[in-house]
Amino acid sequence: MTDAASQPARPAVPPSRLKEFWSSFRENRGAVIGLFVFLAFLVVAAFAPILAPYSPTEQYRDALLVPPFWQDGGSTRFLLGTDAVGRDLLSRLIYGARFSFFIGVIVVTLATTLGVLLGVIAGFAPTWLDTLIMRLMDIVLSFPSLLLALVMVAILGPSLLNAMIAISIVLQPHFVRLTRAAVLAERSKDYVTAARVAGGRPLRIMFRTVLPNCLAPIIVQAALSFSTAVLDTAALGFLGMGAQPPTPEWGTMLAESREFILSAWWVVTFPGLCILVTVLAINLMGDGLRDALDPKLKRS
Amino acid sequence: MSEPILTAKNLKRHYEVKGGFMKPNAIVRALDGASFSLTPGKTLAVVGESGSGKSTLARVVTMIESPTEGELTIGGRQIGPNGAAGDRDLRAMVQIVFQDPYGSLNPRQTIGQTLMEPLLLNRPDVSAQEREKRAREMLTMVGLRPEHFDRYPHMFSGGQRQRVAVARALMLEPKILVLDEPVSALDLSIQSQVLNLLMDLQERMDLAYLFISHDLSVVRHIADEVLVLYLGQPVEIGPKEVLFEEPRHPYTKALLSATPVADPLMRKERIKLTGELPSPMNKPDGCSFNPRCWRKLDICTSVEPELQGQGHCFACHNPVPEDETAAA
Repeated sequence: MTDAASQPARPAVPPSRLKEFWSSFRENRGAVIGLFVFLAFLVVAAFAPILAPYSPTEQYRDALLVPPFWQDGGSTRFLLGTDAVGRDLLSRLIYGARFSFFIGVIVVTLATTLGVLLGVIAGFAPTWLDTLIMRLMDIVLSFPSLLLALVMVAILGPSLLNAMIAISIVLQPHFVRLTRAAVLAERSKDYVTAARVAGGRPLRIMFRTVLPNCLAPIIVQAALSFSTAVLDTAALGFLGMGAQPPTPEWGTMLAESREFILSAWWVVTFPGLCILVTVLAINLMGDGLRDALDPKLKRS
Repeated sequence: MSEPILTAKNLKRHYEVKGGFMKPNAIVRALDGASFSLTPGKTLAVVGESGSGKSTLARVVTMIESPTEGELTIGGRQIGPNGAAGDRDLRAMVQIVFQDPYGSLNPRQTIGQTLMEPLLLNRPDVSAQEREKRAREMLTMVGLRPEHFDRYPHMFSGGQRQRVAVARALMLEPKILVLDEPVSALDLSIQSQVLNLLMDLQERMDLAYLFISHDLSVVRHIADEVLVLYLGQPVEIGPKEVLFEEPRHPYTKALLSATPVADPLMRKERIKLTGELPSPMNKPDGCSFNPRCWRKLDICTSVEPELQGQGHCFACHNPVPEDETAAA
């Protein structure tokens, strides 16, 4: 910690929070790699129409199941080959990144907003409401998450939007628990009482005084949920309950092409690799975030 | 002597605790009938060991919790069961400084934001520039530098934080300041700085202090009147000089004899109390001090003594005789 007061000669500006965060985040090499991979995917997703050589849905009937360019029979016309109906795999993967990030952002936003809201309410509520909320969350948590999502999609009807809603609901109890625990720990501290003595009304105390101090674990959970969201949507897509063909969603692509797993390996492998790398990168990044944001785990 | 700004009559605060399966709920008598008054410019010190109800008293007086029983009158107005909720003037009257300077400042707020918050919430008519001006003035008044305004609490030492906490409490220009062991978490050298600051501010703003402490040497330094709490009940109350020179209640005498004196040649008879503080859930009959008292009579185990006397009051059936107290 910088004790600026002890150096009256030169009023040193203590490091800002962001700088401090970055310096402890940088210590974790895996996290930095994860961050860069994540950023690379983000760029790809943002500039998909510019980067992709072809339209993701255009079928080249003269080139069905063309292998990647380095294999016999492949050409640089389709760098990663084509699928069974002659669509360029590279273009589909690039557009698929858009879907994955779209899904991740929406699901995490939905789950975090709802979960944090419920968690803060549960943390401040009278016992009966707290118990009600927490038992409801326990019920949601007691189902295997993918199964519950599957059931919900079956009820709502299979589409990408419904899959996202279902996954948000499945992920949200984690946020509720985390937020409630953090709120309970912060609530008893003196600065909260001081805010009350200063005349703060309950809503202000809940969201302006206490919530900002509970954010660190929530941010970490949000980052890790991002990868779960990508993975679960892919799984739902694979089971035919998520994005519907011809949407170039990675999970759906996997499902469409699993019959070619022996004859044309590239159609299955590349979407799978994309999912793997994205999820791994996000998880590494999330771990680094936790190390950097959680003072209890900080080494120094 | 001017009019008291705060009067408490027979203030009680009880908590109910779950008894567990097949057991009745128990009642913790954290504060059990305290009466006192605060006068502008004067300091009432409340002393007592851990668990004697000092902090509960602070919370009740600050209107964080409402009393279970008893009357609390602040500035001529009786406090209802809602406390100060929705009443900005009343809220501004009483402010508090907490013991732990590390927990009492919001780590996500700059010092400036922390200081301006009370004004923002209670004085909507004050403009933003005026708020900032007052906060900066207050910062100087408690002995901090203007550049501290935009810093976060983690960049400060304990003593500096406690100054910020005092500044925050004074932003609304309160009449009463409750100090809940304001210096016990600080180094000795910093303690005296903060105490001097407090005494200086009291003189300048004519504040009434309710000073809660377990450190008798600090109390001797700052108090005008002293109230001794034992198990939530006042056992002795009186002007500082009288109480320190002639303690009449055996508990007070024992408490005073435990204060270290920086004189190796002076022999002192230390009264050692045996036993623990009884549980406030299950108080002994009669005088609550009787299981530990060395002057116990038969009456002490059956009849609860009343607080009696003028100016210097004590609740004891068999008080320490006056000629004996001089030796303490």
